[in-house]
This record gives sequence, structure tokens and C-alpha cells, in this order.
Amino acid sequence: MIELVTSPIDYTALTEKVRSPQAGAVVLFLGTVRELTAGRQTVALDYEAYPQMAEAKLAELEAEARARWPIVEVAISHRLGHLELGEISVAVAVSTPHRHQAFAAGQHLIDRLKEVVPIWKKENWVDGSTEWVHPGSESGMPDALSQDRGPPEPRSDAGQGEPRNVV
Amino acid sequence: MKLAVRLFARARDLAGAEQVFLELPADCRVADLREELARQVPELAPLAASLLVAVENDYAADETLLSGTAEVACFPPVSGG
Repeated sequence: MIELVTSPIDYTALTEKVRSPQAGAVVLFLGTVRELTAGRQTVALDYEAYPQMAEAKLAELEAEARARWPIVEVAISHRLGHLELGEISVAVAVSTPHRHQAFAAGQHLIDRLKEVVPIWKKENWVDGSTEWVHPGSESGMPDALSQDRGPPEPRSDAGQGEPRNVV
Repeated sequence: MKLAVRLFARARDLAGAEQVFLELPADCRVADLREELARQVPELAPLAASLLVAVENDYAADETLLSGTAEVACFPPVSGG
């Protein structure tokens, strides 16, 4: 299950969606609005998406993860719009038979989401200025301030056909 | 052909439009689109080197051939999460 939302993410409900008697492990990742980035103070973030493509890429990521790990259920929710400090921007919940699979799948999903899903954040700094975060671009946040990797390579092999379940 | 290109995030802000229309040769590839975008929308120059191109909701390689009816978007590196 994947979704883009504009209201607060109910991470309890999201976690319940992936719980199952078949899954002995449930991992939940929450991304939240952080106050400090390399010493600069943020008061809020604005998130924007290219919605159709973001949904397509999220569906691809789900299929990719299901092909790699014995996922019972997965739920990804990304919030868009204006988010205040501490609010949840993204939630990834995944359930698998055993814990190492759930941790690995969850990490893979959030890492890939940050690399390929067309969503952008704009910093609202405490001094009133704003700045798009565009990792690797000269006009965005300097590379040293970002942990993100560079732009994704086009993937010709991803997202084709139905998810391959390996359960 | 005339091609509509959707813009997002800082690319949209710089261009001052959510969509721009480019006049392109019929057998245009993504690489040509990049050049024409920089030429026809010079406001995007600060981002030119890092812009990503998507065709029909997926990242497109430079050699991808474009059709006038394709949904094309251009945007800076992503930063969701």
C-alpha cells in the first residue's frame, strides 16, 4: 500500500495495516521534520510532489522490495504540503516472518524513496529565508550538508510487470 | 513538434511557470530536449546540469526518443523523505 497524503500520517493505523499472524516482525520508520541541519535552524518544511510519477515510483519500490524479501505487507505514506517542526513527513511500515528481513526491507525502501521518488522539500529557515533542497545541484543545498546520493540513473529494469513474490 | 514540459520545485520557481512549451524537431531525443530547454528557457540555467527528465512517469535516458504526445517533466534532484 502506498499513498501521498496532505493530512497528518496516522502511523498507528499504518502499522496495524501491515501486522499479520504470518509476520513475526514489524518495522516502522518515521521521517520527521528536524530542527537543525548543519547548524542551521529550520522552522518548517514544504513538501511538493509530481504525484503521478511519485505514485508510480513508490509502487515500483514496493514491487522491488517484495521481489527481494519475503514481505507479508508493506505500507508507505508520504505527506505533502507545509509541515512544522517534529511533524511526520514519511512513514514506512513493513512486516516479514523474521526481524532481519523487516529491517533490511525497511531500510531499502526509505533509502530508495529518497533517491528516486519525485518529491522535494523546501527549507523554511528561522531567518525567514527559504531554500529548495536539491542534492547535488549547485543551487540547492551544498553536498556537504546532505547525506543523499546524487541523481538516480534511469532504471530500465524496474517496475515491469507484477511483483514477484518470493514468500 | 510542440512539446509541453512540466516543471517542479525550484525549476518551476525559476521558470515562473508549471509548464513550458518547447518547439522541437520531430526526431528529438531527451538529450536534445535538455539543450533546447536551456536555450528556450534561460531562467533554468542555474539548474541545467542537474535537471532530470521524466517521460511517461519514469526517468528517461538521454537517447530516449520523444513524441509530441508524451507526458514530459523536468525537475531538479529529488529530496523527499
